Amino acid sequence: MREDQTMSKFSLITKGLVKENPVFVLVLGMCPTLATTTSAMNGLMMGLATTFVLILSNIVISLIAPRVPDKVRIPVYIVVIATFVTVLQLLMQAYLPSVYETLGLFIPLIVVNCIVLGRAEAFANKNTMGDSALDGIGIGLGFTLALTVIGLVREILGSGSIFGLKFIEGDGILAFVMAPGAFIALGYLMVLFNKFVAKK
Amino acid sequence: MAAKSTLLNMVVCLSAVCLACSAVLAVANAVTLEPIAQAQVAKTNASIAQVLPEFSGDAVKGSIEYAGVNYDYYKAEGAGYAIVSNVTGFSGTLSVMVGVDLNGNVHNTAVLAQSETPGLGAKCTEEGFAAQFRGWDPAVKVLAVKKDGGDVDAITASTITSRAYTLAIANALAVVKEITANEGGSDNE
Repeated sequence: MREDQTMSKFSLITKGLVKENPVFVLVLGMCPTLATTTSAMNGLMMGLATTFVLILSNIVISLIAPRVPDKVRIPVYIVVIATFVTVLQLLMQAYLPSVYETLGLFIPLIVVNCIVLGRAEAFANKNTMGDSALDGIGIGLGFTLALTVIGLVREILGSGSIFGLKFIEGDGILAFVMAPGAFIALGYLMVLFNKFVAKK
Repeated sequence: MAAKSTLLNMVVCLSAVCLACSAVLAVANAVTLEPIAQAQVAKTNASIAQVLPEFSGDAVKGSIEYAGVNYDYYKAEGAGYAIVSNVTGFSGTLSVMVGVDLNGNVHNTAVLAQSETPGLGAKCTEEGFAAQFRGWDPAVKVLAVKKDGGDVDAITASTITSRAYTLAIANALAVVKEITANEGGSDNE
């Protein structure tokens, strides 16, 4: 990660969106990606929830990393991440009950989302607080973007609606709302993304 | 870079981190306790208002055992009963609030919690399916999906969810009969 030092602050954010997009390029965090993208709104909300945790855990881990003994760093990171996830869960339950209801099951699973721990290990524990925060924003937005796009495609094909607004009568191709459709949509989007966007 | 690991600093570090995190969680819990409780009460009240005809005052909560299962219900004076009916859906518990008016007809239903397949069984929360139960008179129409010889239009490709939903309503109607029978008994005392 030596080239990070020469990277401008701005590219710290954009690399998460395109070059190191967590879903389409790094292929991390597949469980929430496949499970929560049944609609564009669900994908967007899940992405934002993960971004929240990612930014905060990156900041805290970059601050405490120099003092954490090497052998216990993973448990320490997990405790920090789990704390933020629980805080997020409580806040959502209190102030966004309807969103919490749709995503409920998958919010606690952010703890084991490998993107969050992956960024802690690969970036936050050897970079400054400011850079780690930017990295969290970039990767988080990249994840949000990917989830929203997958959700959008699945919603259009599966339910015939965009962000809940129906544009056809009746049902779409039901398979796209179910698990197989998640794999198919993800696979084709990954191909398109890598062919046209990431390789530039 | 990371500090060298010795038994002492590992124990100290882990304890310190856990202590700090517990403190954060305690604060978060204290702050959100009240809003979460309010949100839940608001949701329950909204559901009661949705499934029953208009009534004045507060619905009174009660619970009753019927066929070995405990049912929570809300009694609204002059309007009827809202029964919380839990059944097993296609994936996990399907919790439906069923409003039963004073004539023993279904006034309306509302899904409280469900984890059915999105796009298929989850359509039980939508108007297209739920509207048919409004004003359902069990004496006239049979509470069973058409596949089973009843009058309920099932959700396409989600017969199991539709059956569960129908069962939830049937259970709620039976519970209301039980409640009114009990109350009739206590009135005579």
